[in-house]
Amino acid sequence: MEMILSKNWSVKDQRKIDVAMKNGAYASLEKIFKMSPEQVTEEVKLSGLRGRGGAGFATGMKWTFVPKETTRPIYLINNLDESEPGTFKDRAIVEKDPHMMIEGMIIAAYAIKSHTAYIYIRGEYHKQWEIIEEALKEAAKKGFLGKNILGSGFDLNIYQHRGAGAYICGEETALLSSLEGGRGYPRIKPPFPAIAGAWGCPTIVNNTETLTNLPFILNNGAAAFKKFGTEKSPGTKLISASGHINRPGVYEIEMGLPIRTFLEEHLGGVWKGQKLKGVVPGGSSFAPLTAEEAYQTNLDFESCAAAETSLGSGGFYVMDETTCMVRLLQFTAKFYEHESCGQCTPCREGTGWVSQIVRRIESGHGRERDLALLNDVCKNMMNGRTICVFADALAMPVLGFLKKFGNEFEEHIKLGRCPHSVSLRGLRA
Amino acid sequence: MAFEFTKENLQKFEETLKRYPQKRAALLPALWLVQEQQGWVSKESMEYLAKLLDLTPAFVYETATFYTMYNLKPIGRHHIQVCNSVCCSLRGSQETVATLKKKLEIEVGESTSDGRFHLSTVECLGSCGTAPMMQINDDYYEDLNEEKIDKILEKLK
Repeated sequence: MEMILSKNWSVKDQRKIDVAMKNGAYASLEKIFKMSPEQVTEEVKLSGLRGRGGAGFATGMKWTFVPKETTRPIYLINNLDESEPGTFKDRAIVEKDPHMMIEGMIIAAYAIKSHTAYIYIRGEYHKQWEIIEEALKEAAKKGFLGKNILGSGFDLNIYQHRGAGAYICGEETALLSSLEGGRGYPRIKPPFPAIAGAWGCPTIVNNTETLTNLPFILNNGAAAFKKFGTEKSPGTKLISASGHINRPGVYEIEMGLPIRTFLEEHLGGVWKGQKLKGVVPGGSSFAPLTAEEAYQTNLDFESCAAAETSLGSGGFYVMDETTCMVRLLQFTAKFYEHESCGQCTPCREGTGWVSQIVRRIESGHGRERDLALLNDVCKNMMNGRTICVFADALAMPVLGFLKKFGNEFEEHIKLGRCPHSVSLRGLRA
Repeated sequence: MAFEFTKENLQKFEETLKRYPQKRAALLPALWLVQEQQGWVSKESMEYLAKLLDLTPAFVYETATFYTMYNLKPIGRHHIQVCNSVCCSLRGSQETVATLKKKLEIEVGESTSDGRFHLSTVECLGSCGTAPMMQINDDYYEDLNEEKIDKILEKLK
């Protein structure tokens, strides 16, 4: 079946606007300018599109939170800070079909009545920044950006804002702090950005993949979009697949695809003929699944939630039977320790403690009481004790690993060493 | 060492200002410009930016030190950043780090004595499907093995 986002990914020179337009790029604009912004929002609401950045919130609904009678400027932000370990899908959108993303931004900006939009792109994506810069120039030249777009009376400028290596800036309020020139510190919600975002003005922050779905929805209608996927998770999802598999890469799948099918048919199975030990389906911020659980779970929001994990941003990584899960958690904890912004004590201290304890267990110096301690620290980091959910994003995988692979932690402690044959002993994370 | 933008960069800076409703927002792009010009962000350059943007030097320092990509000291010409995060670790990033340490005869966080290379390990670079990988200055090098690393290092003078 022809997919939504990746349908032109194998077309040569799809990045060039003339080629992209031959394949339908910017066709939706004529249509939306005949509609009112409210009608565009309504269509997106009807489509059931949910945010692709991790939280899965209804996109059309989010847009309606912008105050109707505001006299202040309204800003749209394309969140291209993609930094969750395991996730590299938005990069693929930019590299393969940047005009679809820009078209999506124009649609969203029109719907929320924004005339200035920013692309917050992670600092490391320098090549991708150049690709977008070129695409924006081309789009402006054709009259899709700037003043009075296609004679509609609608104006829109899009600018890129380059981050500088902070994971937290993918959190929407931290992103705003960073856009305004400060440290990437998250802000207390409410007020939500839709009410008081960038420079105190109404602001909508949408993930890149979310925005890139909009041209299809407006061209073909909400009903056509809902033909893909499941009732509560309509559409497709880009999955970034990595780890111990034969064919890593970015795949567009229909929501609801069983993990077994995805692993065996799309990814060519576990590498080196090994057996599956576990899967993280949605990025490092969520609990892993054991092989048995993975084989009973589908790639959509509900099925992943029922399995006590999340589809998240679709950062899907696979562990073969030789993987030391304690070591994997050690790398996960190291990431969060490094990336905590330091604003809230439970997170600043907690991520460091978790990281230290897991490192201690992995290196064979764990104590019996460490497992209870890990549980305790995690529970004190979670559920609203901090400004944003970053601390939860470490606590969830830690609790998940302990619950599902707890025996490996116990074994490390009992033996006083890592039982796995690690050829790199002595090299520390 | 006093710092000021070259004429060309000053122009770029002024272009950047037009994109935002408030001057302060141009701080991240301005820090990037400084780094582009001199390879790192010195205290003098922060004081210079503070003046240009009507900020206190402390505010500029506060922002600059938050972000890992701004180099706060001079480093080797080619900044090698190996991703040693979760997914790369599954595909052998620690071997990549060990190989580079051996070849360059430096530890992580150090520069070679000829100033050619600086070695860092970093968190996820969004390249998990092509792991192990490293970024050198603005470029990604992916699906690495020892042979590939040799060829890459040789080319960078």
